[in-house]
Amino acid sequence: MKIHKYDTVIVGAGGAGMRAAIEATKRSRTAVLTKLYPTRSHTGAAQGGMAAALANVEEDNWEWHTFDTVKGGDYLVDQDAAEILAKEAIDSVLDLEKMGLPFNRTPDGTIDQRRFGGHSRNHGEAPVRRSCYAADRTGHMILQTLYQNCVKEGVEFFNEFYVLDQLITEVDGVKHSAGVVAYELATGEIHVFQAKAVIYASGGTGKFFKVTSNAHTLTGDGQAAVYRRGLPLEDMEFFQFHPTGIWRMGILLTEGARGEGGILRNKDGERFMEKYAPVMKDLASRDVVSRSIYTEIREGRGCGPEGDHVYLDLTHLPPEQLDAKLPDITEFARTYLGIEPYTDPIPIQPTAHYAMGGIPTNVEGEVLSDNTTVVPGLYAAGEVACVSVHGANRLGTNSLLDINVFGRRAGIAAAEYSAKAGYVELPENPAEQVVNQVERLRNSTGTERVAAIRLELQECMDANVMVFRTEQTIKTAVEKIAELRERYKNVSVQDKGKRFNTDLLEAIELGNLLDLAEVMAVSALARKESRGGHYREDYPNRDDVNFMRHTMAYREVGEDGTESIRLDYKPVVQTRYQPMERKY
Amino acid sequence: MATPTLDKADAAGAPEPGFADSPYITVTFRIRRFNPEVSAESVWEDFQLQIDPKERVLDALHKIKWDQDGTLTFRRSCAHGICGSDAMRINGKNRLACKTLIKDLNPAKPITVEAIKGLTVMKDLVVDMDPFFQAYRDVMPFLITKDTNEPTRERLQSAEDRERFDDTTKCILCAACTSSCPVFWNDGQYFGPAAIVNAHRFIFDSRDEAGEQRLEILNDKDGVWRCRTTFNCTDACPRGIEVTKAIQEVKRALITRRI
Ligand SMILES: Cc1cc2nc3c(=O)[nH]c(=O)nc-3n(C[C@H](O)[C@H](O)[C@H](O)COP(=O)(O)OP(=O)(O)OC[C@H]3O[C@@H](n4cnc5c(N)ncnc54)[C@H](O)[C@@H]3O)c2cc1C
Ligand code: SF4
Ligand code: FES
Repeated sequence: MKIHKYDTVIVGAGGAGMRAAIEATKRSRTAVLTKLYPTRSHTGAAQGGMAAALANVEEDNWEWHTFDTVKGGDYLVDQDAAEILAKEAIDSVLDLEKMGLPFNRTPDGTIDQRRFGGHSRNHGEAPVRRSCYAADRTGHMILQTLYQNCVKEGVEFFNEFYVLDQLITEVDGVKHSAGVVAYELATGEIHVFQAKAVIYASGGTGKFFKVTSNAHTLTGDGQAAVYRRGLPLEDMEFFQFHPTGIWRMGILLTEGARGEGGILRNKDGERFMEKYAPVMKDLASRDVVSRSIYTEIREGRGCGPEGDHVYLDLTHLPPEQLDAKLPDITEFARTYLGIEPYTDPIPIQPTAHYAMGGIPTNVEGEVLSDNTTVVPGLYAAGEVACVSVHGANRLGTNSLLDINVFGRRAGIAAAEYSAKAGYVELPENPAEQVVNQVERLRNSTGTERVAAIRLELQECMDANVMVFRTEQTIKTAVEKIAELRERYKNVSVQDKGKRFNTDLLEAIELGNLLDLAEVMAVSALARKESRGGHYREDYPNRDDVNFMRHTMAYREVGEDGTESIRLDYKPVVQTRYQPMERKY
Repeated sequence: MATPTLDKADAAGAPEPGFADSPYITVTFRIRRFNPEVSAESVWEDFQLQIDPKERVLDALHKIKWDQDGTLTFRRSCAHGICGSDAMRINGKNRLACKTLIKDLNPAKPITVEAIKGLTVMKDLVVDMDPFFQAYRDVMPFLITKDTNEPTRERLQSAEDRERFDDTTKCILCAACTSSCPVFWNDGQYFGPAAIVNAHRFIFDSRDEAGEQRLEILNDKDGVWRCRTTFNCTDACPRGIEVTKAIQEVKRALITRRI
């Protein structure tokens, strides 16, 4: 075991982690621990764009953006945070441009903007062009630009280090962050990083679904690490299902395709979104479009022999426009489906995409241990966190924005904290839990296989807690997850070595997914209403009286060692906007 | 060795539900294994599996790892050609495992898979990427401007100027090009095509003002002049970047000293 000491430690090197690192490195001795090489992070998969009311191509302002964000989130958004997001959006796009990001340009040479779902002029009047983009690889360009600037700033990376545990020390009865424990993939060695401040920027948790746009490595490690140490997770029942994933594979086809004029059609060729969202049509918010697609499928208007998908039609768009604006996604259709999007519509289905919930933070990125108490020294930003700017449903292009705005804020806040705070003592045997976990898995002779349990989990989640949920389906999921968690205790790995043991890490990642799936299902069961990404067929309406509040889920361990989940609730911060019915 | 046969997998072959109509075939993967914890030598190992030929090589590697041999080791993340994790030599050519469909590989013969060349193999298909990223860092891969007053708004750039370096912004740093280059195999000191591609991305960006410095770096004995225009890199690039053309443009800029 090795012990390291840094002022600030950042867990994750995606957009949020690297944006934080650029700030933190300037202000404090910073280490970035990442399980992937930074440029492999899933921010690179983002396609469509990043929202900011630059008003480069038409009238726009941050207040309209705030409103759209609040409405898009079905009024579960903390409005103070949404306002910060929309206001700071403008500088955060300009900062990226100054760092070198090659945005697409208007004929005047300014940053070009395009339409995206849920973004409107003047509180829902008509779609507005607010998304700043670089073809359909905006996330790739953000990730590359941030990495380039990390190289420039001399950011210190520990690549292929997996953070597996959060260290907490109580000082005068208050939980403080003491550091993290990491596993080095290349050698199997365990490292303890003592730090005054720790920032989680470890991304999403989509891999508990089968059809998902998320990478294999998005297994919610950060959420799980803090949750196991008794800290809450907020709004985990809210997961976004993006309308246009490649049929069966889940690979994303950006909403930018509809922003450019693409149309969804059922088997009769009908533009069905006109029925469900007369104004915004194909550009209604994602939860609305995903439900509409499944309604078409359920009512027998799906395409293909099994009627299990619909079409994204780009054939009426000029090939030059597709080549210039959507080169990557048209290539995905060619590579993975053998389909030519110039002439043929693309089969799509909703795909599990984005975790609205996560580690609760305030607007400075400080992590909360209950509704109000800050954990000194602990920060989170990006998809792992819940500020909450996305509420019950995130608007497209608001996440690339979130990672930049709140990545930057967390980086500054953490570094300023570590400049004035001292180290808190490490707990005794800081690596004990990780060592035990690793040794148990490596030595286990159990008969259960990781891949089998993971597949059963994913199929269960797809079937029971996806776009449509009921008491019955969620209960089925809760029971199944409990069974899988039992079986997981008996899991073993074949690779017993120390070097690049990805077999072992997949087992650990599965443990995280199981814990988080359980939190999601239990939180969903208790929310007896429909709001944003959480749609209950047995409670189809939003219930502001009882449920306009955030879920806070805590792990409890009884005296006999039995684990359970305790749910609590936190009020929503409301400033300008009263909840209204959500129509597009 | 079994010849692949077209057959509908029965229950034991366990096609995934919903895929029951797909024709599963039996394919042999011949993978070069290496684990210094076990042996100092690498060995070829054959794995047979049933798989839909429309699936990716990455899916096959996963099936092998998950169902047959958990010790098989490779990197991967996004599974759709965006993150650059899984460049490997498949049937002797550098490709991304997640962007290569089995049907495009003549699955009637064993499909060979091995680590990319020129970088030290750490285990199975995993290589040491540090020298690769070092060469990248050496070309100063970040925008450098000399203006003392930061503009308040964005810097302007015409659509044509933006187009000038569009191709080289697509790079995902997968190393498929560099590790397909015979010059790099013989001399690991050579910067390699990927680093030159990333230098190109800045040299030809109208906003950047350090083109001269980067050109000087590439003028080095281990720089662009080592390139012998074999086009392996362009063939290997999964992002369709015209790598050789980018290198040629850098050479031309060095000769004319005009960007
Ligand atoms: C296909 C796709 C398209 C999208 N398109 C858009 C879009 O157009 N606009 C938009 O606004 N949003 C989009 N999103 C959402 C957005 O891209 C993501 O939410 C955002 O990029 C997440 O960034 P992040 O920095 O939080 O996490 P990530 O980029 O996922 O980075 C996570 C980092 O954490 C590290 N990590 C994880 N676990 C550990 C661990 N245990 N130890 C150490 N390190 C760890 C990883 O190595 C990685 O570096 C898209 C998402 C997807 C999947
Ligand atoms: S130029 Fe192409 S092959 Fe080379 S590293 Fe970049 S993406 Fe990979
Ligand atoms: S797994 Fe990301 S490029 Fe292949």
